[in-house]
Amino acid sequence: MQYTKTPYQQKQMIDANGAVVGSLPESVSDELLLKSYRTMVMIRTFDQRVVALQRTGQMGTYASCLGQEAIGTGIGLALKKDDVFLPYYRDQATQYLRDIPLHQQMQYWGGNEWANHFSGIAQQDFPNCVPIATQVTHAAGVASAMKIRGEKRCSLVTCGEGATSRGDFYEAMNLVGVWQLPMVMVVNNNQWAISVPRNIQTGAETIAQKAVAAGIEGFQVDGNDVCAVYDAVRYAVNKAHSGKGGTLIEAVSYRLGDHTTADDATRYRSHEEVNEAWKREPIKRLQTYLHASDLWDEDQEQALQEHCKQEVEQAVKTYLSQPAQPVADLFDYLFEETPAHLALQKQRALEKMARLGGK
Amino acid sequence: MGMHEKIADLNQKHKPVDTKTPHVVTMIEAINMALHRAMDADPNVVVLGEDVATNGGVFRATVGLKDRFGHKRVMDTPLAETLIAGISVGMAAQQLRPVAEIQFMGFIYATMEHIVSHAARLRNRTRGRLTCPMVLRAPYGGGIHAPEHHSESTEALFAHIPGIRVVIPSSPTRAYGLLLSAIEDPDPVIFLEPKRIYRMVKQEIYDDGVGLPLDTCYTLRQGEHITLISWGAMVHETLQAADKLHQQGVSAEVIDVATISPLDIDTLVASVQKTGRCVIIQEAARHCGVAAEICAAIQEQAFHSLQAPIARVTGFDTPMPYLQRENVYMNSASDIVDAAIHTLEVA
Repeated sequence: MQYTKTPYQQKQMIDANGAVVGSLPESVSDELLLKSYRTMVMIRTFDQRVVALQRTGQMGTYASCLGQEAIGTGIGLALKKDDVFLPYYRDQATQYLRDIPLHQQMQYWGGNEWANHFSGIAQQDFPNCVPIATQVTHAAGVASAMKIRGEKRCSLVTCGEGATSRGDFYEAMNLVGVWQLPMVMVVNNNQWAISVPRNIQTGAETIAQKAVAAGIEGFQVDGNDVCAVYDAVRYAVNKAHSGKGGTLIEAVSYRLGDHTTADDATRYRSHEEVNEAWKREPIKRLQTYLHASDLWDEDQEQALQEHCKQEVEQAVKTYLSQPAQPVADLFDYLFEETPAHLALQKQRALEKMARLGGK
Repeated sequence: MGMHEKIADLNQKHKPVDTKTPHVVTMIEAINMALHRAMDADPNVVVLGEDVATNGGVFRATVGLKDRFGHKRVMDTPLAETLIAGISVGMAAQQLRPVAEIQFMGFIYATMEHIVSHAARLRNRTRGRLTCPMVLRAPYGGGIHAPEHHSESTEALFAHIPGIRVVIPSSPTRAYGLLLSAIEDPDPVIFLEPKRIYRMVKQEIYDDGVGLPLDTCYTLRQGEHITLISWGAMVHETLQAADKLHQQGVSAEVIDVATISPLDIDTLVASVQKTGRCVIIQEAARHCGVAAEICAAIQEQAFHSLQAPIARVTGFDTPMPYLQRENVYMNSASDIVDAAIHTLEVA
């Protein structure tokens, strides 16, 4: 399974049983492990709560990240503040670590464009990207701008393994190779693109090997091992910052939930497969390791669970109390200056709103 | 390579920028001049596309740019139109002002997803946080006996998309001025260049860096009896038709729409309110073309001024034929005159 001569082939640091494989690198401190754990628990609490909101009619269609929390967490902890993050739509953990509040993420799935009005370190980050793989070419454009200006920054883009079948993925990766762009591509290989399994998505043995044709470095990591993800992304980000080009990271994971709340995965995959995948999920293994290393105890666990619940409930409260955005906003942000025909249509929309009693 | 040398001469005059001497230039030279001027004025302007750097573009629009501004700002991309549009979105979000060339409009369809789903929506969906000040240039239209897929006029596809401008020059002067404004515009612009008239006429232009307003029609000739509305290369046949009509005692007003989206409908309506009769001329196929939208808007707003049904002179709803039958698809000045006379005959 060797595709490139790199220190990373199927990198794993903490296995599914919580045991260290070899030894943890220096970059993975106790503090980092604890932050990773806290983040993943927070995001799982958030994720389950948002699904519940959808089921009770208080949320739009939602794409869960259940079981893939380690990927978003590893990326969020490794990415630097001046870098630009271009997500697909299971990046709740990374967005959380880039200070996009939980209530704002709820607002996105709840159907309000203001949710994409990021500030702080996410100021230049792209919003979620629904048209599959298109964000990969945007990331190449962002990285091109950084390279043209000679900046020590990089773009980091995520996509699913299904996205690697699309032209945008190949065209962008090809450019990363030929222009030596400061860009990191992380593929969340969660084995399922809605109902289509990985083995009929591509005849390639791994997603990582696709990097070979583009002339860039590619490797696989255990995407349920937050340490492996963090260390790989850290390596790729540092490499991009030092002008040594781009990297493709295939993070092997599993989509434990449905594709979205509009999907029913029991139609196309077996309980046995999903039960088997639960044994490799990312949170339990880290918890086991932390307990075994005396970094964590039951009291801390209870306190964390309580804290996460409170934070998420507070976010739900904020989300539910936000009024729908003003109708004028539909028209006011299309162009810098609103053209005459839109000003007229805005007037009609406002009149319609008035007829509807403002609702 | 006469063109090449001429533009090279122009570039030498360019430094320092000479705004006082008039240049007598074709449309393609005017475009080249505007690109130089825009890159000179703003270091964030970058040019990218297939064959645009070392080769200077297959129509020579970008000749001299790489030598003057360097390969970091003038980039030959891999042969991938989706990529060209996608990286332009990414660059624009980082406050560059990419001016991307799609070699022919026949190859522009691969960019559609990025134009529709991203460029047109980025400002809107981030509520003004990220913007997309990009220009996508493409030569379009028929009449040069080009191979298959090199002659279509599918501007209506873009005119239908909310959130972008679609601009079409019809002369060297407007090519220079409108392209400068398109590059300065804070929102995405599709800039379609009617390649049939790239070298058809020359005009005197001052390289003064002054843009012409977008979102506005240009009234090229005042008239009393009928309004002739067109854009792009067909403006030339329309002007010829107006000459012929003049010989028959008909005073025709000629309007170049120039920005087909958003439409300056007020100017068109005001003209028809004055003349009472209207012919809209487009090179493109008839069905759901820009002429149909103009037609609908005029009848909504100038219904009581109309003395005859609005006529359309358009291409057929067939693919653009190969070069042997191109002449049947393309309308001539006499086709426009015929339509105008027919309209004038309505009591």
